[in-house]
Amino acid sequence: MNLNVNIHEDIDKFIVNLSGEIDAYTAPELKENLLPLTKQAGNVVEINFENVEYMDSTGLGIFVSALKSTKENKSSMKLVNLQERILRLFRITGLDKIIDIDTTIRGESVNGKL
Amino acid sequence: MDKIVDLDIAHYKTLLKKYIVTQDEQSLYGVELVSKSFIKNNILPEEIISLHIQALGELYPDINLDVKHSMDFLLEAMISYGLALQEVQILREEQFALKSEISVAASMQDTLLGTTIPDVSGLDIGVISIPANQLNGDYHHFVKGNDGSIGIAMADVIGKGIPAALCMSMIKYAIDSYPEDKMSPKMILKNLNRVVERNVDPSMFITMIYSQYLPSESKLMYASAGHEPGFYYNAAKGTFEEIETEGLILGVLPDTDYKQYELEIHDQDMVIFLTDGVTECRDGERFIETEEVLNVITEYIHLPAQELVTNVYKHFERLQNFQLRDDFTLLILRKEV
Repeated sequence: MNLNVNIHEDIDKFIVNLSGEIDAYTAPELKENLLPLTKQAGNVVEINFENVEYMDSTGLGIFVSALKSTKENKSSMKLVNLQERILRLFRITGLDKIIDIDTTIRGESVNGKL
Repeated sequence: MDKIVDLDIAHYKTLLKKYIVTQDEQSLYGVELVSKSFIKNNILPEEIISLHIQALGELYPDINLDVKHSMDFLLEAMISYGLALQEVQILREEQFALKSEISVAASMQDTLLGTTIPDVSGLDIGVISIPANQLNGDYHHFVKGNDGSIGIAMADVIGKGIPAALCMSMIKYAIDSYPEDKMSPKMILKNLNRVVERNVDPSMFITMIYSQYLPSESKLMYASAGHEPGFYYNAAKGTFEEIETEGLILGVLPDTDYKQYELEIHDQDMVIFLTDGVTECRDGERFIETEEVLNVITEYIHLPAQELVTNVYKHFERLQNFQLRDDFTLLILRKEV
């Protein structure tokens, strides 16, 4: 599976639109695109998970690295539109307490079952 | 060997002559066998063309000069293929060497991380751990304390392969160095967190659930560092409950405190620990849901713990499109009177 990383520069923030799967194969590309954004002081980076169907624990590693980088470089990062299964991964690992995550779940509405 | 090659060369000529006259299937089949023998004996493509030119020359001494030149031209064109083939052969040998090196590492890992299920009366323990690749990034470890307590660590290194395997050895020796009966699960995690935070690459971290069973009080104490929550099976009610856990994975923040929980275990109750390899199993594109894992456990619940975990794994392995994407570890502890 592939992962598409699309970076969109908004007025006051960078929006990183992801689509596809985040796993050991696609994680390096995500890291390459995401980390530079967190290295600039004052940058606000919003990561849109709306089209991410799957993420494994390798993906968590990327976001931990990014979080550390935001702290070192005084930038900030927020994750939005996570699917339930992916949100669960952040909850179990306790990372939801230290990473800014918008917990409004989308999900079932995709199948029109809401 | 050269003798065989000589025979094949003679055979090639005969077959070629026959084919030119008859265009029969049998000669084609014959040359297929000859060519296999050439491959086996490392005969290069340009050598076969050279053989072909020689054979043509013998069969048709008056061969058209243009055809002869064109064959020489073809011979030249094949030389790079020959070189590429030799390279592939070298790579194949190197790959073989790497594979055997990794399998040495895997068996060394088995020795380093080896642990034995403690034999405690009134406690039935079973565990199965299957790596997705050669090296296992999951880890479990038993510690028997002087006070009769049993410590059980289960961990999963995020990141796979060799770095994960090396990291596990570090964790094991850190745990071994702690005075087991004086340390509670939450203190063990707090200490390990510091070890991991200091010594491991920032993109690598570890989830762990550490539990301690006190047979005299039938009490299980545990703390979790971001590990997949396990399950408690209440035998009296016949129900499974997710074990309450909360805690940050090891290696992210230097000073982290962990919550400790307690669980009272009654006769025939079970505690189930697992790694996310179990919940990340896929059958084709479909994820295997937790509920399904519990249903399978229920199916084999009458068996002793070791047979139980083995049968659960075998059940999933039998699924048609089963794919082990991550290391799989399942541990069951049952209290028996």
